[in-house]
Amino acid sequence: MLWALPALFLTAFYFSPLIEIIQRSEILKQGLHLTSSEWAIITKPLGFTIVQALVSTLLTLCIGLPGAYILSHYRFRGQGLFKALLIVPFILPTVVVSACFNSLLGPSGLINVFLMALLHLESPPILILNSFWAIILGHVFYNTSIIMLIVAEAWSNLNPGYAASARMLGANRMQAVLKVTLPLLAPAILSAALLVFIFDFTSFGVVLLLGGPLYATLEVEIYVQAIQMLNLRMSTILSLIQIIMTLGLALVYARISSSQSLELNPVFKPGVQLKNAPTYQKILSLGLLLILFLLFISPLAALIIRSLAIPTYGSPGTIWTYYLALFTNRSNDLFYVPPAEAIFNSIVFGLITVAVTVPLGILIVMALRQPSRADRLMGPIMMLPLGSSAVTLGLGLLLVYNDTWLYRVHFPLLLPVAHALVALPLVVRVLQPALEGIPPSLTHAARMLGATPWQVFKSIYMPILQGSILISVIFTFSISLGEFGATTFLSRSGYPTIPIAIFRFLTQPGQMNYGQAMAMSTILMTFCVLGIYLIQIFSKSGATIKK
Amino acid sequence: MKKYWRMLLLLGILMAGCTPSRTVETPLVELRVMTHDSFAVSESIIQQFEKENGIKVSFIMSGDAGSMLNRAILTSAAPEADVLYGIDNTYLSRALEAGIFIPYLSNMTDRIPEEFIIEPDNLVTPVDFGDVCINYDRSYLQAHYLEVPKTLDDFSDARYRGMLVVENPATSSPGLAFLLTTVVNYGEEGYLDYWQQLKNNGVVVVNGWSTAYYTNFSGSSGKGLQPFVVSYNTSPAAEVYFAASPLGEQPTAAITTPGTCFRQIEYAGILKGTQKEELAGRFIDYLLSTTFQEDMPLQMFVFPLNPDAGLPEVFTTAITLPDQPVMLSPDVIAKSRDRWIQDWTGVMLR
Repeated sequence: MLWALPALFLTAFYFSPLIEIIQRSEILKQGLHLTSSEWAIITKPLGFTIVQALVSTLLTLCIGLPGAYILSHYRFRGQGLFKALLIVPFILPTVVVSACFNSLLGPSGLINVFLMALLHLESPPILILNSFWAIILGHVFYNTSIIMLIVAEAWSNLNPGYAASARMLGANRMQAVLKVTLPLLAPAILSAALLVFIFDFTSFGVVLLLGGPLYATLEVEIYVQAIQMLNLRMSTILSLIQIIMTLGLALVYARISSSQSLELNPVFKPGVQLKNAPTYQKILSLGLLLILFLLFISPLAALIIRSLAIPTYGSPGTIWTYYLALFTNRSNDLFYVPPAEAIFNSIVFGLITVAVTVPLGILIVMALRQPSRADRLMGPIMMLPLGSSAVTLGLGLLLVYNDTWLYRVHFPLLLPVAHALVALPLVVRVLQPALEGIPPSLTHAARMLGATPWQVFKSIYMPILQGSILISVIFTFSISLGEFGATTFLSRSGYPTIPIAIFRFLTQPGQMNYGQAMAMSTILMTFCVLGIYLIQIFSKSGATIKK
Repeated sequence: MKKYWRMLLLLGILMAGCTPSRTVETPLVELRVMTHDSFAVSESIIQQFEKENGIKVSFIMSGDAGSMLNRAILTSAAPEADVLYGIDNTYLSRALEAGIFIPYLSNMTDRIPEEFIIEPDNLVTPVDFGDVCINYDRSYLQAHYLEVPKTLDDFSDARYRGMLVVENPATSSPGLAFLLTTVVNYGEEGYLDYWQQLKNNGVVVVNGWSTAYYTNFSGSSGKGLQPFVVSYNTSPAAEVYFAASPLGEQPTAAITTPGTCFRQIEYAGILKGTQKEELAGRFIDYLLSTTFQEDMPLQMFVFPLNPDAGLPEVFTTAITLPDQPVMLSPDVIAKSRDRWIQDWTGVMLR
């Protein structure tokens, strides 16, 4: 019953496009006899893809877990804003992120210019762009928020009684953490790590723009084969490899997590005011917050600086030149996008994506709650769209729906659908650990007392899931705002979004174009921080009223 | 709980409020034009065509040139558009092989210089051209007392060590154009040796034009480290035209000596399966009219093909047309491009 809608959605918009692409690529007809040069195309990116994803995920965990601890245990001023800022990287198009890093760490970036002046150097001391570590840095920048938000949510719902009992029974602090807290958090950590790994595994823009041509992931190779070489056969084979590996990962994950599923009696802890915490905790936390701040805020700050026109001697322009230019259609361009319209379009697509994804996600996790044997396979299958190449998905959707009403209506309905496909696995992963912590006895008791399933959902699940649903909404909205892969193949005239507007500026040379791209990105960023901040305040006030 | 319903309701109103209102207003015949992301045109120019023909023109921006061609080929059974504009000579053969066009001979064709019409069956019509040339940062060269290189050979000279940034031909269209330039200059036997020399001389390879130009090139707003970049002949004009404040001197210029530039020609064609063949033909005529051709330079920074079209001032002051640019027939490109890219990758990216 619960499966009906999600299954319908995935069949229509995921499996049938995939099957269509496989048919068009004629793999089945020609068979899978790979020549040695074709093998090389597969094996070369495969190893690199796995290695960089492993390194990226580990480093992201190293930074994200302590961050999650702070977010879940302490209250401090500006916490909501801080959380909102963490999510910003997730939204920014990779072109913009690479511009951020360039203006911060590039050869003439802020840091290098500063160091050169300080140490009287002839050439920039830090040359990280176009290297393996630039890719890792980009991935950490993008994905730390996933770990932090998901794990922090689980951590703040974790009943502190378990660790306290362990301490009472003689365990020292370390033992309590390793033997009690970490295992209890394992489902959330695993869930988040799996997501991050798959994001890194299928990374495209970061590898292409920050890593440079020496590095190619499967996803990059799929793009090259499909778009540049017009070799649909090869790109489909690569896509299938990517999908199979994702499925394998998801299956392993399902195995591990099913053996660890525990009921946790979730509780709500308000957290300690950071300023009231013991001094050593304060110092540690502040140090960590500072690191996070530098990692996330400094590239964004560099972006803002780049968006300002620093007037040179005798020039008539003001510091706001690039912003002002955004609001005028100087060259009478037919495709000029007023910022307000781009923002409005982005919001509409984002809201539709949320409205499709989050209810579907809730249905899926409810169905996965008491899985039959068949359902157990469904969990991993839900992850597949995340591991599928955007090029393949976009082309597949185009192939299937090009000649249908869904495509012919003026409004590009397929865009939010494509965004929803990418966001759905994430929503499932975010909601599932939270739901699994709810003991079935609660539900049973409520049902015994005569509650309808809807009442059970409303008064038991909703309050506990609220935080996770909020995170899902934020992530889904962010994915929709920033997605740029499948969008290319499904976009139509009209309804330009912010990333499209930014991209347009960066296809032509000239200060104004570059400056306006940076200004538009800053607007996107500001608007996202505000939006996420408001959602948090909005839901917090809702929560207190309920209590 | 109420909150969620309210949000849902709001969403419904939003969707209802913004979707249908726009569809109502289009009872007109619609001509659909598929093109790439870099396409740009003045609003008034398209309005004029719409008014003259009592129709509406809508554009489908389909990513880069490769994505656009993919989209056109994959949807050829039920084409998304009536006209395709913006396919260049490096991709043309693929499109012709896929048979996505129907022939059309524009009455404007006889005005176009003959060298641009390289396709005998009139399946596509040339509309504009641009040259992929090496740009340089003028103030850098002045400050370092460096001469402007005259041949491609100069870039393997130690004086220019580490100064050139090029794009990966597997992911970038100017990158491919520059690779083709070297193939023509040094021949099948010699071009890989040339690239080996460039590599030994510290050439920087990046994946896309935006990175090369905005991150690596010292003459752009990104203020990178390399004073030479593979870009377009018209980029210096764009630097002047899009300057934030009036510049004393143009900051960049292009090398246009014989054999150093590659000529890219952009074509338009009528897509097979269209119901509006006649209107599509009229649109292609319009693309070649002086009205449209005079609008193109400052919108897309390409050169018009119609000899009657005048050029904007910045095109005559900041740009010189290359002397003997490299030209290759689409057949030759189609036959060998994958192999050239692969062999290039073998030398450069190992």
